[in-house]
Order: sequence, then structure tokens, then C-alpha cells
Amino acid sequence: MLRLLSFALFLVSWWIAALFVGGAKLPSPPAVLEVMIAEASSGALFLHLGATLARVALAFVLAMSLGSAIGYLMGRVRLADRLGDPWLILLLNLPALVVIVLAYIWAGLTETAAIAAIAINKLPTAVVTLREGTRALDRSLDEMASVFAMPRWRAFRHVVLPQLAPYIAAAARSGLSLVWKIVLVAELLGRPNGVGFEIGVAFQLFDTPRLLAYSLTFAAVVLVIETLLVQPFEARTTRWRPRAA
Amino acid sequence: MRLEVDITGKTFTSAAGGTHEVLAPLKFALCPGEVGVLIGPSGCGKSTMLRIILGLDGDFRGHIARPPQARIGMVFQEPRLLPWRSVEQNVRLAAPDVTEPKLSELFRILELEAHRSHFPGELSLGLARRVALARAFAVEPDLLVLDEPLASLDDALAGRLRDEIAMLVARRPVMTLLVTHSLDDAIRLGDRLFFLSPRPARIVQELPIAIPRAARSEAEIAAIRTELARRIQAEQGDVHAGRDVS
Repeated sequence: MLRLLSFALFLVSWWIAALFVGGAKLPSPPAVLEVMIAEASSGALFLHLGATLARVALAFVLAMSLGSAIGYLMGRVRLADRLGDPWLILLLNLPALVVIVLAYIWAGLTETAAIAAIAINKLPTAVVTLREGTRALDRSLDEMASVFAMPRWRAFRHVVLPQLAPYIAAAARSGLSLVWKIVLVAELLGRPNGVGFEIGVAFQLFDTPRLLAYSLTFAAVVLVIETLLVQPFEARTTRWRPRAA
Repeated sequence: MRLEVDITGKTFTSAAGGTHEVLAPLKFALCPGEVGVLIGPSGCGKSTMLRIILGLDGDFRGHIARPPQARIGMVFQEPRLLPWRSVEQNVRLAAPDVTEPKLSELFRILELEAHRSHFPGELSLGLARRVALARAFAVEPDLLVLDEPLASLDDALAGRLRDEIAMLVARRPVMTLLVTHSLDDAIRLGDRLFFLSPRPARIVQELPIAIPRAARSEAEIAAIRTELARRIQAEQGDVHAGRDVS
């Protein structure tokens, strides 16, 4: 209920702002909706959204699984931490644009290059978060598992993983928002489809309603995925915790 | 198969770089079915010794002979339950082979029946300790280690829990190592008492109790206690005398 109210407030302020600024710079909500419907009925909207979502999914899964594994290793093994740390700092501070441009130059304007570039941008934050999580693991529970001779996999699943879950959720949450942002840049620079490509076209034509139609649909999809996938996962992994008042 | 502990020394390097002797040369053995009790002042190195015996700390001088592939049941000082698993799951994860009747009986004896599906965060310390006990007994251990299982509980509760432990140990004889600083617990639960000195710990006195645990009457327990108190007094007297002379 409160969420709906908040959304309504957003629409109202947009509409008022549009009245003041004028339709060329900021079209009103109905004008944008009209473009959305037109794009949706032609199928183009779903095509571009689908392409973008597929890239997001692939890059996200790749970066999360690789990043979690590397982060866990760096948190557990001192040598890995020492060796990996300079790379990590380099990757963390490398601008996304540099990675994307280099990927396109080295691997051509291909799907692989785009997905790899997006994944490389997200990777270091996942590594850092998971490394912190691994460092914060409760050693006394490790000892308990070892005294009771729990097999490795069972101990990992029931003792380690639940402790890492909040860190994985945090990495997923921040990583997803990073991927959402970067994917559009990668598409704008070197892909013939996707929301980023469409926004590039709209920018060249100064077609603000089209630009907003694509960005807002995209934002809506992000919101839906956050509420339907990420938040229930978080709620499930933390159900044993006492609720905050 | 016996448990033989022969530690010749253990040093601990502090964060500041200094080294401390935690354990002095220390030697004792336990027979199957026997309950050994380690009694010593706080901070004397009992927990360090337990960690060595359990194989959690390999950085010591000496030798530990444990039955090969001995199943270990352990009750840590803090319950060390998995907060994200229910009471029943906590027990089952440590003891995957436990049968339902056996589990129900354990929960009945430890008065945990109503708490099976609760999470450890919802339990009081006394209940959490009981879950830790259930977990340790559910594995049907060859070696049971209890590290101050009654600490920081009020007297009535500690007494009840002590009786429950006695009952569980009596039902299935198991080589047990109990750490406590309560003389009373030691006399009621133990077969062989080891008195430890302050840090670096060594065994000051080893004292077997001849009367079987189940057969000890209140009068006999009181008699053992007086006898022990007298001996400890004498021992401390010696120590003080020795110190005065030097």
C-alpha cells in the first residue's frame, strides 16, 4: 500500500514537471505510455528487453559464481589473498568504459565480448564482498563441525553457506544494480539490439518519449526482478533471525 | 581402547609477540566407560588441553593416543549450535544416523520435546545447553567431552541437568572427559578426578573414586567431599609452605 502511494507520488511529480518543462524535453506520462504500447505491439520492445535480460542473466551468473569462488578462496587462503589483491584493486578501480572498449577491440563486436566485459566489471565487487564474508566466518562453528566429523560438503552447506548467505545476497543486490547500469553502455557501444542500443538510437534522434519508454520499461523489469527474486531469497536465508522492529 | 594423554608442553605466542607456557608436562589416561574429571581454576589451560585432545590444535609437544576413528561427542562451553537450523536439524546434522525412537528418547530425557522445531535464537541458555547435550549423545560417541556443561546456570537448573547427564552416561557407558570447577559435579559424575594447577597447568593430584557412580549415597558423597577438601587444604598448605621457604 505504501509502495503504491510512493509510486503514485512519483507519477504526479513527473506529470507536474512535464507541464512546466514542456513535451519536447520531458514528455508527460500518457505520451510515454503511448510509445510503450506502440513498441510493445510491434514486438520490438520485447525483443530488445529480452536481449538485454539474457545478457544481464549470463553476465550476472558468470560474475557471481566466479566472484564468489575467488572471494571464498581469498578469504580462506592467505597466499591466494596476497596474490589476488593487486589484481582486485586494479579491477575495482578500472572504469567500466575501458573494460568494454578493450573487450570490443580484442574480441571484436561480439556477444562474448559484451558479456565478458559486463562480467569483468561486476566480478571484483563480488570477490570483495565474499572475501569479507569468508573472513567473518565463525571459527568456533568450524571447530564444532570438525569435532563431529561432518563431511566437507555437509559442513559447507549447513555451517559455512548460511553464514555467507547475507554476503551473497549483498553481492547479488549491488552486483545486479551494477550490471543493469553497465549492460546498457556495452549495448550502446557495440551491439545491434537491446535496450542500450535503442536508447542510443533515441539519443541520436533526440526522441525523448522513446528514450523514456525504453528506460522506464527497463526500470520496471528491474523492480519486478528485485521484488520477486532477490527479496524473497533474502527473506528465506534470514528467516532464523529475529525480525527488526 | 584407552585415551592416553601425554603432553610435554604447549607454548602460546600472543599478538604482542611474547610467548607463554600454557601447559606444563601433563600425563593421564582414561579407560573405556570411565568418567574422568578435570578440575582446575579458570584460565589454567583446560580448554587448550581439550582442543589438543580433540585434535583441533596440533601445535603442541607430546603425544595423544585416541581410539582410531573414535566418534567424538562434544559439549562446548558455549552451546555452538547452528542458529539457522532448528533444534532437531542441529542434532541430525551432527548425527545423521540417529534413529527416530532414539532421538525422541533423548529429547524426552532432556525435556526438549516442545522445542524440536525452534531455532536456537529462541532458546534460553539452559535449553541451548540441552540441545548441545542431545547432539553430543546422539552421535553415540566413543569419547564424550563435556567442557563446563553446567557453567552459568542457576543451582536448581544445574542440578537437574547434572542428573540428566548422569542418567545419559549411565545408560550407555562411554569414555567421558568432564571439565568443571565445581567439586560437587566432579564427585557426583566422575570416576577419576584430576586436579590441575594454575597456569601452566599440570596435574597436582589424581584421585579415583572407588564407589561406582550409581551406588553413591548422599552420605558417601558428603564424606568424599570432606575428604577432598581436607586433601586440597593440605596440598595448598604444602605449596604455600614451599613458597615461603624459597
